[in-house]
Amino acid sequence: MSSRIFGSGIRRREDPRLITGAATYTDDITLPGMVHAAMLRSLHAHARIKNIDTREASTAPGVLAIYTGTDIDGELQPVPCAWLLPSADLKVASYPCIAKDIVRYTGDIVAVVVAENPYQAYDALELIQVDYEELPTVIDPEAAAKSDAPQVHKDIPGNQAFHWVVTGGDVDAAFKNAEVVIKERIIQQRLIPNAMETRAAVAQYEQATGELTLWNTTQNPHIARFICSAVTGIPEDRLRVIAPEVGGGFGSKIAVYPADFITIFCSKKLGQPVKWTETRSENYQATTHGRDHVQDVELAGTKDGKITGLRCTVYAGMGAYLSTAAPGIPTILHGLMLSGCYQIPAVKEDVYGIYTNGVPVEAYRGAGRPEATFMLERLLDLFANKIGMDPADIRQKNFIPKFEDGHDVITGLTYDSGDYPAGLTKLLSHAGYNELRTKQASGPKDNRYLGIGIASYVEICGLGPSQVAGAIGFQGGLWESAIVRVHPTGKVHVFIGASPHGQGEETTFAQIVASEIGVSPDDVKVFHGDTDATPMGWGTYGSRTTAVGGAALALAVRKIRDKAKILSAHLLEASVEDMEYADGKFFVKGSPDKVKTIQDVALMANVAWNMPEGMEAGLEESTFYDPPNFVFPYGSHLAVVEVDADTGQVELIKYVALDDCGPQINPTIVEGQVHGGVVQGIGQALWEEAIYDNNAQLVTGSMLDYALPRADGLPPIEVISTTTPSPHHPLGVKGVGEAGTIASTVTVYNAVMDALKPLKVRRIDMPFTPERVWRAIQEAKGN
Amino acid sequence: MFAANFEYYRAGSVIEASRLLAQHPGARLLAGGHSLIPLLKLRLSAPGTIIDIGRISELRGIVANKGGLLIGALTTHTELAASPDVKKYAEALAEASGQVGDPAVRNRGTIGGNVAHADPASDPPIVLAALKARFGITGPQGQRTVEVSNFFQGLMSTALAENEILTSIEIPARQTGEGMAYVKFAHPASRYAVIGVAAVITLNKDTCSTVQVAVGGLVPRPTRASSVEATLLGKKLSAENINHAANQVSKDLGGEILGDVFASPDYRRAMAAIYVNRALSAAAQRTS
Repeated sequence: MSSRIFGSGIRRREDPRLITGAATYTDDITLPGMVHAAMLRSLHAHARIKNIDTREASTAPGVLAIYTGTDIDGELQPVPCAWLLPSADLKVASYPCIAKDIVRYTGDIVAVVVAENPYQAYDALELIQVDYEELPTVIDPEAAAKSDAPQVHKDIPGNQAFHWVVTGGDVDAAFKNAEVVIKERIIQQRLIPNAMETRAAVAQYEQATGELTLWNTTQNPHIARFICSAVTGIPEDRLRVIAPEVGGGFGSKIAVYPADFITIFCSKKLGQPVKWTETRSENYQATTHGRDHVQDVELAGTKDGKITGLRCTVYAGMGAYLSTAAPGIPTILHGLMLSGCYQIPAVKEDVYGIYTNGVPVEAYRGAGRPEATFMLERLLDLFANKIGMDPADIRQKNFIPKFEDGHDVITGLTYDSGDYPAGLTKLLSHAGYNELRTKQASGPKDNRYLGIGIASYVEICGLGPSQVAGAIGFQGGLWESAIVRVHPTGKVHVFIGASPHGQGEETTFAQIVASEIGVSPDDVKVFHGDTDATPMGWGTYGSRTTAVGGAALALAVRKIRDKAKILSAHLLEASVEDMEYADGKFFVKGSPDKVKTIQDVALMANVAWNMPEGMEAGLEESTFYDPPNFVFPYGSHLAVVEVDADTGQVELIKYVALDDCGPQINPTIVEGQVHGGVVQGIGQALWEEAIYDNNAQLVTGSMLDYALPRADGLPPIEVISTTTPSPHHPLGVKGVGEAGTIASTVTVYNAVMDALKPLKVRRIDMPFTPERVWRAIQEAKGN
Repeated sequence: MFAANFEYYRAGSVIEASRLLAQHPGARLLAGGHSLIPLLKLRLSAPGTIIDIGRISELRGIVANKGGLLIGALTTHTELAASPDVKKYAEALAEASGQVGDPAVRNRGTIGGNVAHADPASDPPIVLAALKARFGITGPQGQRTVEVSNFFQGLMSTALAENEILTSIEIPARQTGEGMAYVKFAHPASRYAVIGVAAVITLNKDTCSTVQVAVGGLVPRPTRASSVEATLLGKKLSAENINHAANQVSKDLGGEILGDVFASPDYRRAMAAIYVNRALSAAAQRTS
């Protein structure tokens, strides 16, 4: 059992309920006496509220209450930012739950209506009259940083939320002595995360006890409880947050949002349960976006292809306010990964976090790392082109050589383990790289140009050592905990602080338990997502659930095994030193018939009729696991595209992903994570872009305009791997939730630009819409 | 996404629907709902009354008649895409119907509702223009038939009066040796046509004896490309002749080219000739 179940691609136990629609999401929660809230959101991206007239709306059928900014004074604190970046001149703008004087983006809430049913609530929203005085807007982060730009917050000059610097080595000398310098401007456009389930909250306040239960679409219920307590004043012990089934987050459900606090406020005021469910339009207007960087990057190198330095300036749009984890994304999770898989002796990055009149920007799958990987991998291709070297060769030339137990890089991190050269070699051979280049050399057919793109990445995940969390301003710990309870029949309950929402840890965590103590994975039930029913944990994001929570679980189960071994020795009247364990059985060395199964031991531990002296009854253990380091998964990806030079249309015809996330608990789930991640990254390269107009109004405000990847536009995605265990993780595993996204955007970008090389096109802003590609071709032709 | 209040009636027959329409001025007809319901939910449309004609059985079905087709207004896109008769007699309509929206839209959405909505970027109207379809309409004055050239009058605008119901679409009998095709440049998000082109060609002794080309997506209503047709008529269907004819399309597009953040009017104009070429080439391949 143990040897087979770890690494077995068993089916996800989550899927039957998800596929048949039997799962319970926040919006499925219905409580007696429940009423409905709807948020009135600003129509303007920047305006002064001169007057709000709610008189007509308040007499509309079914309306129970309407609250505006003045009603929450002293009752709801401003929305906190929980990543207070040190040494970066951080300026956290006050972020009111309901705007009272000024609205700063089109999703800002100006009032809430509570009615008996949602139809009545939305009818009443239309009757509220708000008198606005429009103010000038700014949406581009670089433009917003200029001295004459409109001010988003009057006390924050230059709209500068922070200025963060990472530096290592002598970058000025590197550029002074460079034989080759490559410069590139890269725009990481704003993206809309588009979780399939929109956000929702159900708040139930019991006036008699002062206790509140919040059902919420969150990736991190324990953090949500912490923050809800701070904003609403309800003591932490009276506040229970439940994350029922959560239909995808991708980072957008890390933050706790104004509407969540307002829903709690309404329930407290009315003494009734209140439900709020975001519409899809609202999700576009008000749930956090991702990316939004303007990057100027320079690479210094030698004529024979060695990188000697990397220097960049990044303007990172933060939107109108700093969301919960926002400041850490374009800095810690971005700049520290600047040197990627390569030996780069000198780096420097200046990151300016800039307020704009857009939706707040947060973590979005990959969160900072795709933007870092893109800079480096794009510049490497340009470097290779400049000196006439193959893109694969230039990567091999600069890779950090294989290392198994730590490698220090110039940004101050210590990578755990990796063999980058072997990964790329395996990828190229699997994908038939040389044959593809031969085919490409035969020239275009029907004016369709073949392009081959590769990119190598290493990412930082498994966040992370709590001491480091404190040092980098994260307002919490980053450990995880697990409780393992073995019942008398040997069935197991696992309680974890992390909060999976689609990733499949109910299955993989059962596999961890099964592989450690030899029970069937079907005998293990995993509980998560309820702050009253699970131990503390810091949530599911940053590819950390298996890397940190999985480690906590493995250590807790090993404690179970250790106790079971002592108890079985006692029951068999043998010495512990003579006991052996294999496949769920404890037996005396040399006497395999003297055996106790884990089920035997579970029964005896639970009835406690015959315990060794000093041993407590029961078979239950818990662990708090604080990782000694981050984990650093890596890989190399390859894409093949055809570009129709007549129309500018790009067709992705082949995609191969090689990822090394260490030993795989469940390869089918890993493959699924890579598929999803790769496709989300491809979306950025080919289709997705949140477009705002000159008044900072969102133009791509629905799925009619905002193009998400669809199966019919994608080739089969081939997923292969290498296996390099993390030296410090109890199971050797690394995270894999974001890997695909981190690699795929630039892989596809490089492929398209490779296809356009014969046409002398040098750069195009993402996404590669047909018109953009066509115009770039026309421009290169001189048309 | 919550619609404003409305009254709802379900009609059991065309006569009953007509009577309800007369009783409730400003009422909207609901068929498959895939044009109307999104408008209601976004509150872009808030009619006081909705008359559901979706279950009137006399409005369903496809009848093949002497080489032509009579299509009930409630026939779904999926039914059209899968129908052997449509594939045989109006292949391009089957092709276009199979490219409307996504499977859920095609399973519920009807051709009648689609053409009555007259979205300029919708696929079926473009094919119907090339096929010279006729529209059967019932109103207070009885029944009338409208040619496709008069049916689509502009952006979201048709010959249907407020008190009329579209009941059927008739496709005339196809010619011997005819080949037809629909090609589309789909918007990546909405899957509506950025450009859609339908071409119907008949070959007589190596030369093109009849040709109808309709373009849509980039113009307010499906538009016949008469310069393209005139250039190709009587010519051999060589790649060169097709290319030359296709390049005439800019003369046929009129003064108003549609555009959006995905594809500007200039770009669409430039792409039109390429898509006309592709449609003509595909149709030419299918002539016999």
